[in-house]
Amino acid sequence: MQNGTKYCVSASAGEWRLWTNKAPLLRHLDLELTERCNNNCIHCSINLPSNDQKARASELDKEEWAEILRTAADLGALRVRFTGGEPLLREDFEEIYLCARRLGLKVLLFTNARKIDFHLADLFSRIPLLEKIEVSVYGLHTKSYEAVSRSRGSYREFHQGVERLKSHGIPFIVNGTYLPATKNEICEFQSWASQIPWMKTSPAYSVFFDLRSRRDSENKNEVIRSLRPEPEEGIRIFARDEESYIRNIIHFCQRYIGPPGEHLFPCGAGLSGCVDAYGRLQPCLSLRHPDTGFDLKRGSMRRAFEEFFPQLRQIKSRNVEYLNRCARCFLHGLCSQCPAKSWSEHGTLDTPVEYLCDVAHIQACQIGLIKESEKGWEIMDWRLRISKLKEKEK
Amino acid sequence: MNTIDLKTIYIPSKNVVSREIEGEIIIVPLVAGIGDAEDDIFSLNETGRAIWKLLDGKRSLSQVVAVLQEGYDTEKEEIARDVIGLITELEKRQMIIKTGSE
Repeated sequence: MQNGTKYCVSASAGEWRLWTNKAPLLRHLDLELTERCNNNCIHCSINLPSNDQKARASELDKEEWAEILRTAADLGALRVRFTGGEPLLREDFEEIYLCARRLGLKVLLFTNARKIDFHLADLFSRIPLLEKIEVSVYGLHTKSYEAVSRSRGSYREFHQGVERLKSHGIPFIVNGTYLPATKNEICEFQSWASQIPWMKTSPAYSVFFDLRSRRDSENKNEVIRSLRPEPEEGIRIFARDEESYIRNIIHFCQRYIGPPGEHLFPCGAGLSGCVDAYGRLQPCLSLRHPDTGFDLKRGSMRRAFEEFFPQLRQIKSRNVEYLNRCARCFLHGLCSQCPAKSWSEHGTLDTPVEYLCDVAHIQACQIGLIKESEKGWEIMDWRLRISKLKEKEK
Repeated sequence: MNTIDLKTIYIPSKNVVSREIEGEIIIVPLVAGIGDAEDDIFSLNETGRAIWKLLDGKRSLSQVVAVLQEGYDTEKEEIARDVIGLITELEKRQMIIKTGSE
């Protein structure tokens, strides 16, 4: 037998510590419990009204979610993310949550916190999620919050929910939203967020909003486009702590950027996945293209991860414009261009999204990777340029 | 100082969920207060795995030692040290409970 003195090892330093042989087939799964939401946020890419009966009737029931959770656990998943819509709108949320936890799954909850009542706070303090809750914040005052949420009384409920999390000692972090109604609250938000004991870094911000992922409303898309800041303005939000921003972006570029090539999915899509509210397994949270999802009512999750998604990941672009630009662009990674964004913007998997291209090029200019007149797909000596970032970092 | 009695019988606590994934035993807290951090989960080393699988609420620790001795070319005293070492760690983390004594 081994001469180890530590028999029971904590994985808090990283889950990689758990696997001495190989990692399981599935490590994380997103579950979008509903697309309905009690907020009606002007910038949202997915929400449906909370009282949408047709949507509710089509959602998976708790037994179907339990089966999906059991399968995810059987495939080795350690963590599930409950998201939406607003996942706490499900009246059977507690049962679904307990099912996940009793299967030995950690739960990451994305919520607006409006439905965190005493009962739920008590439940989370007794049966912890084992992940910090992520609370989306749409403003720090009734006027700003409800200008975004378009739901009367929503600010008060959000505020009470957050206070309940605090008073019960339930770990959570907050994410901000950069919108016309909230843009004057940035310093206040930063200061408020820093008082939350579990916030170890500055809060993240949603800035460059996605269009409707189901392509269900051109009117809503028009509104979302109008809310997007100019790229320079949006980048200033990321760079509000300039020194740390530059350091982080250089660090990121040194590790993660480079031409993606002709394959459409150089990302992690299909290695994990997201089950939508109706039982369709998508390769990621954002991509709703009908041909890239797998119906779990017709085939097993194992088949999706062993056969369907690996085949999907082999697909190559045939769009000449994409192949001449995005496939060769070394700013990929810095640029958020991906099949999901292309689908929501253009209804294809591989059409360049100019807005994202602009953002990436401005960021690259800022750190000296390219000149203003250059395009990322024209640069031949990109490896050299990335290596020179090290000197700039110093 | 060690106070583990080899006559004691243990079983995994219902306050944790034990999972076997890719040959590893992963112990996931179900209730608050088991891990040191809010996201703590645990794995057992090879020795720990062999012992954990025998904590069935029926065998005493000395019987666990005897079973292990049949499968490993190791001195009984060394196996008993390992069993006591693991049980000490698991008890500290409330991952097992005593169900009786032989």
